[in-house]
Amino acid sequence: MTDWTRSTALEMAAALQSGAVSSVALTQAHLDRIAAVDGPVHAFLHIDAEGALATAAAVDADRAAGMELPLLAGVPIAVKDLVVTKGLPTTAGSRILEGWIPPYDATVITKLKAARMPILGKTNMDEFAMGSSTEHSGYGPTHNPWDLDRIPGGSGGGSAAAIAAFEAPLAIGSDTGGSIRQPAAVTATVGVKPTYGGVSRYGAIALASSLDQLGPCGRTVEDTAALHEVMGGHDPMDATSLDEPVPACLAAARDGRENGLAGVRIGVVKELGGDGYQAGVLQRFAESLDHLRVLGADIVEVSCPSFKYALAAYYLILPSEASSNLAKFDSVRFGKRVERDTIEKTMLATRAEGFGDEVKRRIILGTYALSAGYYDAYYGSAQKVRTLIQRDFAAAFEVADVLVSPTAPTTPFKLGEKLNDPLSMYLQDVATIPVNLAGIPAMSLPSGTAPEDGLPVGIQIIAPAHEDARLYRVGAALEKALVAQWGGPLASLAPELEVTP
Amino acid sequence: MSAATHLVGYDDAMENFDPVFGIEVHVELNTKTKMFCGCENTFGNEANTQVCPVCLGLPGSMPVVNEKAVESAIRLGLSLGCSIRESSRFARKNYFYPDLAKDYQISQYDEPTSYEGSLDVVLDDGTVVTIGIERAHMEEDAGKNTHVGGTGGIQGADYSLVDYNRGGVPLVEIVTKPIEGMGIRTAEVARAYVATIRDIVRALGISDGRMEQGRLRADVNLSLRRKAGPGEDQSAIEFGKRSETKNVNSLRAVERSIHYEAGRQAALLLAGEPVVQETRFWHEDTSSTTPGRSKEEAEDYRYFPEPDLLPVEPSREWVEELRATIPEHPAKMRARLQADWGFADLEMRDAIAADALEFIAATVAAGTTPQAARKWWMGELARVANERDVSLSDLPVTVADIAELQGLIDAGTINDKLARQALEGTLAGEGSPATVVAARGLVVVSDDSALEAAVDEALASQPEVLDKIREGKIQAAGAIVGAVMKATKGQADASRVREIILARAGVEG
Repeated sequence: MTDWTRSTALEMAAALQSGAVSSVALTQAHLDRIAAVDGPVHAFLHIDAEGALATAAAVDADRAAGMELPLLAGVPIAVKDLVVTKGLPTTAGSRILEGWIPPYDATVITKLKAARMPILGKTNMDEFAMGSSTEHSGYGPTHNPWDLDRIPGGSGGGSAAAIAAFEAPLAIGSDTGGSIRQPAAVTATVGVKPTYGGVSRYGAIALASSLDQLGPCGRTVEDTAALHEVMGGHDPMDATSLDEPVPACLAAARDGRENGLAGVRIGVVKELGGDGYQAGVLQRFAESLDHLRVLGADIVEVSCPSFKYALAAYYLILPSEASSNLAKFDSVRFGKRVERDTIEKTMLATRAEGFGDEVKRRIILGTYALSAGYYDAYYGSAQKVRTLIQRDFAAAFEVADVLVSPTAPTTPFKLGEKLNDPLSMYLQDVATIPVNLAGIPAMSLPSGTAPEDGLPVGIQIIAPAHEDARLYRVGAALEKALVAQWGGPLASLAPELEVTP
Repeated sequence: MSAATHLVGYDDAMENFDPVFGIEVHVELNTKTKMFCGCENTFGNEANTQVCPVCLGLPGSMPVVNEKAVESAIRLGLSLGCSIRESSRFARKNYFYPDLAKDYQISQYDEPTSYEGSLDVVLDDGTVVTIGIERAHMEEDAGKNTHVGGTGGIQGADYSLVDYNRGGVPLVEIVTKPIEGMGIRTAEVARAYVATIRDIVRALGISDGRMEQGRLRADVNLSLRRKAGPGEDQSAIEFGKRSETKNVNSLRAVERSIHYEAGRQAALLLAGEPVVQETRFWHEDTSSTTPGRSKEEAEDYRYFPEPDLLPVEPSREWVEELRATIPEHPAKMRARLQADWGFADLEMRDAIAADALEFIAATVAAGTTPQAARKWWMGELARVANERDVSLSDLPVTVADIAELQGLIDAGTINDKLARQALEGTLAGEGSPATVVAARGLVVVSDDSALEAAVDEALASQPEVLDKIREGKIQAAGAIVGAVMKATKGQADASRVREIILARAGVEG
């Protein structure tokens, strides 16, 4: 009997269409896999077996009735717990939202429902997406399926681990500074942060509104492209949503896979490499460049001198916006309430108990940075850095069609290793953060495992704003070459997880 | 403390000090929906029935700007002579309060839509004062707290209820520059300024401006400073510490709160005590203010650009289109109407005070003479409105009804007395005046034989009247006219009755 959980999402879609499998069977297979492995992995915070199977059954019935269905109809998906789901618990990984059942759906959830995709459940994350390891979840960490003692990246470690552990073929993530891409890199999966405004943020619990973007996660570039097309598009509920057609991601991916990259100019960002990057990470990156050359691309070096300020600027802008976005968690209208004898004490006690340390750290930082007398020096200067970074990218895209770098400087570290060293944790995102500051799209895809520890390494591809399709073209071409080298998708080469009977 | 307990009179305060004041007016816009979501913007519904994820600030929700509110705000800015910024931004004003759903208010900070304007205000004696406008910016209203138990404040309440229906209602806040040199006329100027803003928002049709319902709210800033000595320039003397009085919800309160605050501050200063820079609250019942939070420890609102919204960038063409829709300044309009209508100053002032101008104007436009229109709106209708304790616009009568009523009089179908009965019927819901006239049979009796019989009958009981008339006391006929009118239940044509009486006396009319 076929283990459908090992298939790609597009293979599942084809099997559903041909009648080789039903959506109920497919969804049940994933629910069984979750039951078998999610104990130790802990990718999920909430599983909605009933809802997923109901959607699956409805899809099967409609297909049997001969109804024309969307491409991914019946293919199950996992959703980061940052995205609000009507009737399903949504916590953003925080105890302060424990037990909250949203009365509305995020726009992307509405789109998933229109695409008829069964939602398996909500995935674990660092609290309010603050972190690079998922250790800051209020509900315990997620473990990397490649090595359960290691982190799955963050903040979207749950979504990445669920895909890497074959608990779901696809997932939705959110990326404020690398929260889709860095987990993808350290779990050998694919993740894309679309152009800012390409996917509606309505219903995504805000971390830093000017940086946040929802995006697709999958095991292959084409799967990810198919999900990107489901999620994207203009939304009148999000004032920052782009009013332009959804990029043709799937067609671009197929073009790249079939036709190679002749004449494509690929820029290697000088500042994103070298010191601070693990040897095996750099080695795999260099190998990928060789593949890209073979595929016909011209490799050029570009310099982005302002990137050295990116991390500093990011850690002013993000906490500033977050300190304001997280103010609403005040116990008055929803979520946790720690009763005290006055409203002020109740608010204080609720926030003291409900928020974790990393969240408090950033609220304090942001509150300080926005204070009268400090605003110009901190928030104001950070915005100027943002402009400089945008200029660096603009100059780089004069000579290159896409840029590349390692996604994360290291392979996944051990749980607990950096918990007491926030700065070293923040450095995980040094290569991904400039992308968010500029509002442009980027992808991480597997580039192999590091020889020294056998753990996954990712390569990042960056495109100009609105050119998300280029990521898929280049990504699919490179993926094809790498998979040929490995003899199969990297994710399938992960050590087998012990299965709970 | 001691000084605060006794007050210096307003005149004395102004005798001793030079007042400087400024006013912030909040105007609630009457758009169909709220500022940043699709919820209905109406007043007086059951608590928390006009709410959605956006105005409740639920996690994940996002604001979208109401274009109509932007249009109203720009038209108001243009009416205040302001420049309209080509690109203005919303900003978050951060503070925790239960009625503020997101715990930040979306407002505008350093880039307001409208800035640098001026407004002419006409005082009762015709003096024109020009008020500098600093800015007019858009923001959202907060919800409404009700504190139960204790003293009614949030501190010590048993519990508090929050109604978010008002949360997210669009507001424009108009801020004046400091207004100096008004001396004893400070309170009068302040009142006239707020009244002018009210008239403008009504003329624009962007708000009903009802202060008693909080649709237009004023915060009054006042400080006193030393008067300039001989040869000294008053404007070179530093401002005193100011108080900001909130909750000033009527034109009268604007005037009286300045009287009170001037007296309170003068008493402190004369006693050598400092005025504390603070927020105070106006209490209508006691005509006094009490301190709120001190501005010395004022909150830092940590303003920053609202990242969920794009800048507001009205095209020049649109702004010019909107400029063409701006009604003339209320004072100019009044001067023009007064001249056109030939009203005396007192008649005009009364009509303004009764909010009757627009009704009179519309009635005149429907073909009625200005004096007749004034007679109805300022007479019978004002009396009924007063009796029912409602405004003229709340009466169940239209401008068309009044024009029709006067038309019936002018055509001789009914007389004044019958017209009052017809109007009473209309106000009672019996239909238009013509309908009431027909239904009640209110028609002037002009059949001479019927009138002659009635006159003769009246003369029979008062025969001396004819002699008096013949002696030249023609006014004596009035008694007979009255008797005839009574006998015919008011349906007689009084002038015809009079002619018949005079004919009976053999006198020429």
